[in-house]
Amino acid sequence: MSATHVEIGFIPLVDAAPMVVAHELGFAEEEGLALNLRAAPSWSTLRDMLAIGQIEAAHMLAPLPVAMALGLTGTETQIDILQMLSVNGNAIGVSCALAAKMRQQGYKFDFADAVAAGRALIAAAPAQLKIGVPFPFSMHAELLYHWMGALGLSAPADLDVRTVPPQLMAEAMAQGEIDAFCVGAPWGSLAVETNVGELLLPGSAVRAFSPEKVLAVRHNWAEAKPDVTARLMRATWRAGRWLSQPENRVSAAEILASPDYLDVSAEVIERSLAGNLVISQRGEMRHTPNYLEFFGGAATYPWASQAALIAARLAARAGLDRKAAIEVARKICRTDLYHANLGPAGAVLPDFHEKKEGAMSQPMAFASETGQMILAADAFFDGWIFDPAAPE
Amino acid sequence: MPDTLSIAVVETDPERATLIEESLRAAGMFSVTLILNTSGLARQIRELSPDVVLIDMANPSRDMLEEFASASGPLERPVAMFVDREDEGMTKAAIEAGVSAYVVAGLRANRIKPILDAAIARFHMIHRMRAELAATKRALDERKIIERAKGVLMKARGIDEDAAYALLRKAAMDQGRRISDVAEALVSTAGLLS
Repeated sequence: MSATHVEIGFIPLVDAAPMVVAHELGFAEEEGLALNLRAAPSWSTLRDMLAIGQIEAAHMLAPLPVAMALGLTGTETQIDILQMLSVNGNAIGVSCALAAKMRQQGYKFDFADAVAAGRALIAAAPAQLKIGVPFPFSMHAELLYHWMGALGLSAPADLDVRTVPPQLMAEAMAQGEIDAFCVGAPWGSLAVETNVGELLLPGSAVRAFSPEKVLAVRHNWAEAKPDVTARLMRATWRAGRWLSQPENRVSAAEILASPDYLDVSAEVIERSLAGNLVISQRGEMRHTPNYLEFFGGAATYPWASQAALIAARLAARAGLDRKAAIEVARKICRTDLYHANLGPAGAVLPDFHEKKEGAMSQPMAFASETGQMILAADAFFDGWIFDPAAPE
Repeated sequence: MPDTLSIAVVETDPERATLIEESLRAAGMFSVTLILNTSGLARQIRELSPDVVLIDMANPSRDMLEEFASASGPLERPVAMFVDREDEGMTKAAIEAGVSAYVVAGLRANRIKPILDAAIARFHMIHRMRAELAATKRALDERKIIERAKGVLMKARGIDEDAAYALLRKAAMDQGRRISDVAEALVSTAGLLS
C-alpha cells in the first residue's frame, strides 16, 4: 500500500518539533503517511495556505484558529484544533540598554519572579512601553497583556504590543521601535547570541502552563478524511511523547538544526529543549524546568477552556460579545476526535473537557476514563483564575 | 482627484517593485508609493494611510500588516486582508500568485479587482523570471563544474579535452547519473589524490 501524502505547513521554531519528528523518525510512516513539511515565511501566509488548501495541516499559534473563528482575520474558513503541539516555550527579553539600566537600578536577573521582573521593567522603561511580538493573535501577546495588565499598565496608553517578526527584531530594537520582546525558541537565545538583548523571564513565569502551538486543520478536511486525520493525530502524539523523554533531546536538536528546518546550531536548540537558557552576553545560565513542554501534564489535550480563555480575551479587546465568542471557541476544539483517535493509542483521557484555567499551583491527580491523570500546575503569576462557566 | 486610489507596494527588491508599479499604472489611475525598506513598516503605513497595500506573501514583514485589521485608534483606519466574499476564486488566485492585498474598510470589491488583477499577472511574471534566473544560474554552475572535471581528467590521464568529455559522458551513462553529478563527485574528491 502506498503512503498517503499530507502537506504540512510550519514556522521554523523549536516547537515545530512534533511535526518534524513525526516525519523524520518514522512515526508518520508507521501510520502510512508521507508528510511533506513546508516552511512558511510568516504566520499570515501559513494561515492563508491552510485556508485555501495549499497545505492540509499546520503548526499554528493557539490563538490563531480562535481569531479566525471570531472573524478577526478576514478569512472565513473554519479551522479546527485537533490537539496541542506544545505548552510554554516563550521568553521575554529586553534591549541591552534597558537591561543595563535595570541592573543599575538593582534588579537581579533571576529569570523566575514575574512580579519583580515586571516592576523593574516598568521602572526602567519609557512611559509607553513598546513590546514586540511575532503576531497579533499569539500567546506572546496574551502573556504580555496579562502580565503588564496585572502590574497596572493598560493598553494602549502605557503599553504598546506591536508585531515584529523575530527575524526583524534586531533592526526594530536598533531603531527604537521596541524596548522589549516576547518570542518563541530559538529566537530568545539568538537575541542573546547576536547582542540584540537579554532575557528577562520565561513565559512560564507569567502562566505556568500556557497552550502555545496547535495542530490545526480545516474543519471540512477533518470531516472528509477521518481516517487520515486519525493517523496524523496518532503520529503527532507519538512524536510528542518521544520528544518528552530527556534522553532524546540531543537527537531532536540535531534533527531540528538541519537547514531543512531551523538552520540554527543544535546546541542552541538543545538548550531550549532542556530549559537551560543563556540569558545574557555574560553567559549567565538559568534553568527553567517547564520552559517548553510537548507531552507531560496532558500537554497534548485540546482543552476547550484554554480556547475559551483566548476567545474571552480577544473578544474583550475587539469589542465582541464575550459569551458568544467563548461558544465559538469551544466548537473548534476537537476533544471528540482526541478521545476517539488517541484513546485507543494510549492517551490518558480526562472525563471533562474544560477546567478552571490557572486554578492549580501544584500538579494534581484527576480521575480519567483510563485511570489516573496528572495535570501540571497551571497558575498565573498573580493567582488569577478563569472559569469558562462564569467568565468575569 | 479624491477618487484616485492610493496604493502602497511593499517590495524590497527595487527592480521587482518597479515592475509592479508599472503594471499598476498601466491598469488605471492610481497613486502608487513603493516601500522598499520594511523597517518600521507599521509606522510607514500609518503615515501613508493608503487605500490598498500590496505585499509579496514570501515577505516575512507581512505579519506586521495583520495588526491593522484590529486598528482601534481614532486616526487609524482598519485595514484588512482583501477577501472577496462573492468571488472566492479571486482570493485564491492572489494567494497562488503569491501576492496579498490589504484594503481599508468599506472599499468596494469592484474598485479593488483591477488592482488585484494587475498585481496577480505581474507576480506570476516575477515568479517566472525568478525561476528562469535560478535555472540559468544552475546551468552555468553545471557548465563550470564540467570544465573543471575535464581539466582534472586531462591532467591525470594525459588525454585531450574531447577524450576527457567522452570519459565523463560514458561514466555518467554507466552509472545512470547526470554528467554534472559525475563531474562534481570527481572535482570534490580529486584533491585527495594529489
